[in-house]
Amino acid sequence: MRKTSLLFAIAMAILMVLPAFLDKYLLGIFFMIFFYAYLGQAWNVLTGYTGHISLGHSLYVGMGAYVSTFLAMKYGLSPWIGMWAGGIIAAITGLVIGFLGFRFGLRGVYFVILTIAFAEITRLVVCHVPALGGFAGIFLDFKPSFWNLQFRSNESYYYVGLGFMVASALVVRALEKSRIGKFMIAVREDETAAEALGVNAFKYSMIAIALSAFMSALAGTLYANYIFYISPNTVMGMGLSIELILRPIVGGMGTVLGPIVGSFLLTPLSEISRAYFARGGLEGLHLILYGVLAILVVLFMREGILVYLERFWRRFVRE
Amino acid sequence: MNYALILQLTVQGILLGGIYGLIAVGLSLIFGVMGVVNFAHGPMIVLGMYITYGIFVLAGLDPYVSCVIASGALFLLGYLIQASIVNRILDFPEAMQVLPLVATGLIIENSVLMAFGPDPRSPRTALALASFNVGPISVDVSRFIAFLLALVMTGAIFIFLKKSDVGKRIRAAADSRVGAALVGIRVNKVNNFSFGLGAATTGAAGALLLPLMATSPHLGHDFTLTAFVVVILGGLGNLPGALAGGLILGVAESLATLFVPATMKQVVSFALLVGIMLVRPQGLFGGRR
Repeated sequence: MRKTSLLFAIAMAILMVLPAFLDKYLLGIFFMIFFYAYLGQAWNVLTGYTGHISLGHSLYVGMGAYVSTFLAMKYGLSPWIGMWAGGIIAAITGLVIGFLGFRFGLRGVYFVILTIAFAEITRLVVCHVPALGGFAGIFLDFKPSFWNLQFRSNESYYYVGLGFMVASALVVRALEKSRIGKFMIAVREDETAAEALGVNAFKYSMIAIALSAFMSALAGTLYANYIFYISPNTVMGMGLSIELILRPIVGGMGTVLGPIVGSFLLTPLSEISRAYFARGGLEGLHLILYGVLAILVVLFMREGILVYLERFWRRFVRE
Repeated sequence: MNYALILQLTVQGILLGGIYGLIAVGLSLIFGVMGVVNFAHGPMIVLGMYITYGIFVLAGLDPYVSCVIASGALFLLGYLIQASIVNRILDFPEAMQVLPLVATGLIIENSVLMAFGPDPRSPRTALALASFNVGPISVDVSRFIAFLLALVMTGAIFIFLKKSDVGKRIRAAADSRVGAALVGIRVNKVNNFSFGLGAATTGAAGALLLPLMATSPHLGHDFTLTAFVVVILGGLGNLPGALAGGLILGVAESLATLFVPATMKQVVSFALLVGIMLVRPQGLFGGRR
């Protein structure tokens, strides 16, 4: 146990001093690693811990991106405040979807389709709202300052991203240890049995979806202020929904470290191969690699890669 | 309200609905037998469109001829997907069943992208612009042929499942995998064949759709979702329901363009989907399969 804490302390220390040795490009890749680890963690809260599968999480990301951007550009509101507005709106939306899904007994595939349907409806509607830029999307004004969540150097983004990732891990760790988290896991493992023992499955599923949606929306704000461009297809499309679930699944669903491990493995792969292949006229190849990898992981390492790392670490500690 | 226009849109909707029905019958068949939802259904349709397109450009074959080739190719692909992936995940928890098929869709979508590039393609086939008039309504010839062929194929699948030996084995496996295995049916083989058959409908639908709309690699999600809506309208696993659902959705989407821009017609179908799932999750047409 003590050795494990030491490992985390060392990892954290390395991540803190690392930017001194990285150039702009690598800092950007690390930011994306943190970003997807954070987003994967958000999805993990719902699907990893309660077992309700969402394939429409881009909806909440998009809401966060659009609400905070709209407030910033129209009223000059800081994204640090706007992201709360986006988060709360996303959480309410999550609660509505959750209410419909959990109350009407839409399980498994039906719930998946419900989440996709809501995401697609919202995406299509946003495409037709001129105030939100329609199909073309919105280009953000670049006004670098901490208060505007916009920076000149990738180093600042690196630390903000790292902060988001670590904070989400701490939140989910606390959740996992709490009674609420235990009840969520009970719902995931066997909903009927949990109900029979007096666990209010509906209530804990609702808590999970609200928290998950809220966290995802914050990621949307972060994304908008890093890329400086949002459009319905990039921040609300199904592509993002698929992209964001791969990391926690590859790393290990229902674990705190799974999304982080998954992101450290997949994000560099995708960022580097995206840049490399696109130059050679092979855009799309990195998504094919993703697909193959995801299938292999499901077929042969169903619990994710983290399990193997943990086993290795335990053997190492004992010696 | 302009009645001729409404009539015109209704007819167009019914004609397109026939193809929706064919696609949905394939999706419903796969669900009915294996209990998995084919999230790669849409990308498979797009693949079917591109195969047909490729044959048209290279060999000059009309889409209605290469329809056979496209469905054969997709049958083979479906058979292989079932044999290599889906048979292994049948007993997995649902989250783990969703992902491999989503990933398969991703692979197909991007393979098409790499092979043909991102630009939309629409070939000028012989009948692309032909039409005939029935009273006040004008009917596109290619739409009409597509509708007829879709109905014929759907009918053929029904008869095949009802009458043929293989069809009976498929229905047995759908009723009970264990029971079918006990009476000596090789369930894995039957599964492979069923997935192949379900995939073949996407190949055929792709060929029929090509003269009607421009194809592009990323159309897949829309098709998948349309197929979901239709199947849930008719009830998951209910084949006649899938056909009826196709016709209903075709008309609903077509008439929706009276009230909303054409790019928003899917909002109508998704709203329909959500409504049906909440009120009648077993579908419009009665009980469970």
